[in-house]
Amino acid sequence: MDYRTVLTTCTYCGCGCNFFLEVLDGKAIGTIPCKTSPVNEGKLCIKGWNVHEFIHNEKRLKRPLLRKNGRLEEVSWDEALDYTAARLKEIKEKSGPDSIGFLTSAKVTNEENYILQKFARAGVNTNNVDHCARL
Amino acid sequence: MIDSIKDKVKELLDTGEIKGFLGLVRKNGHIGPHLFQKGDELVDLSLGDNKIAGDSRYPLNKYLMNIAKAYPEETFGVLIRGCDDRGLQALYTWNQLNPKKVVAVGITCPQELADACECLKPFPEDITAGECAKAGEQKSVAAVDALVLSERFSYWMDEFVKCIKCYGCSNVCPMCFCNECSLKCDDLVKSGELPPEIPVFHHTRAMHMVGRCVDCGLCEEACPSGIPLRTLYKKVGSIMEDKFDFKTGMIRGQRSPLNKIDSAEGKK
Ligand code: SF4
Ligand code: SF4
Ligand code: SF4
Repeated sequence: MDYRTVLTTCTYCGCGCNFFLEVLDGKAIGTIPCKTSPVNEGKLCIKGWNVHEFIHNEKRLKRPLLRKNGRLEEVSWDEALDYTAARLKEIKEKSGPDSIGFLTSAKVTNEENYILQKFARAGVNTNNVDHCARL
Repeated sequence: MIDSIKDKVKELLDTGEIKGFLGLVRKNGHIGPHLFQKGDELVDLSLGDNKIAGDSRYPLNKYLMNIAKAYPEETFGVLIRGCDDRGLQALYTWNQLNPKKVVAVGITCPQELADACECLKPFPEDITAGECAKAGEQKSVAAVDALVLSERFSYWMDEFVKCIKCYGCSNVCPMCFCNECSLKCDDLVKSGELPPEIPVFHHTRAMHMVGRCVDCGLCEEACPSGIPLRTLYKKVGSIMEDKFDFKTGMIRGQRSPLNKIDSAEGKK
């Protein structure tokens, strides 16, 4: 038997509440708000309390999808990245860097958001960066 | 105190009497629940006291139910305080845990915690370590009861209106184990409606805690809105004591009046 409580941060919003995922034999079965976290002090909102439920949801996207002949198809990461890089280059050359925009997410870490804006500004040369919390 | 607990748990694990010990661990700078399966993990055992006594308690019996359901043949140890002991006793009578498969390792609570909790019995029946504190003075219910009816009503309505319907109070509660939760029954509490209808939401839960609440206070600690839930359930508990002479989990084997409708005693 394998029972673990795994400390992690809520993915739902930017507050950064801490909780333990209750994991029994590899399956997340519960969410336990962390009492010693200075952010949420053992409390959570209704989304946080149910965060373990989406982990094993069948509808969750686990692989990149690419639209081919009008249909979304699962492809490898290599193919998805090659395609995206080629198209970004093409669009930038044809219509200029400001024809491209980047939407980041509250569900990822600060560091990941930092990387994306860096890529937008230094890689693509645009300041078109926005965030789902402002939409 | 912690060393005698470690020794006791180590012995239980080494002799194979228990498959694992559900306790608390200090890890990554935090205190959280942990299933100890090897003696050498016990260096990081915690009793749930971070800044002040008992401020990092978790509903361990609740997690024990999850584990026991998946491994009904195995025996597990669990760290308990007085309230957890009352919880275990009540859970046994509701057939949610098998007493033959649980080895409780009990600690007492210091006087400051007993006073803060207004606890009637701040120690478990069988104590592995610690000195017994005196019962805490009962003040919070009396303070609300002292208000005239209209003021008492507005006091509670002003508290309930703060509810964000996070369901934390029931999610954290070691005595909430129903397969179908009345707080999720559309006829009582409309799904998708925020804030929840008051006082129906809170009364529905209070009604369901009759004969179940062991006054651990974890619901109030989990409430993001600071609603004095413990006072509410203490009041519910005091009515059970007055009318039925029943205090949840205090007497071993005693079933709640609501848990014996099928028995001759219940029919009486
Ligand atoms: S309710 Fe009683 S037994 Fe439980 S933590 Fe408080 S003082 Fe200790
Ligand atoms: S005090 Fe709250 S969390 Fe504890 S048993 Fe009672 S209702 Fe449940
Ligand atoms: S924990 Fe507090 S805010 Fe959340 S549902 Fe319960 S009473 Fe409402």
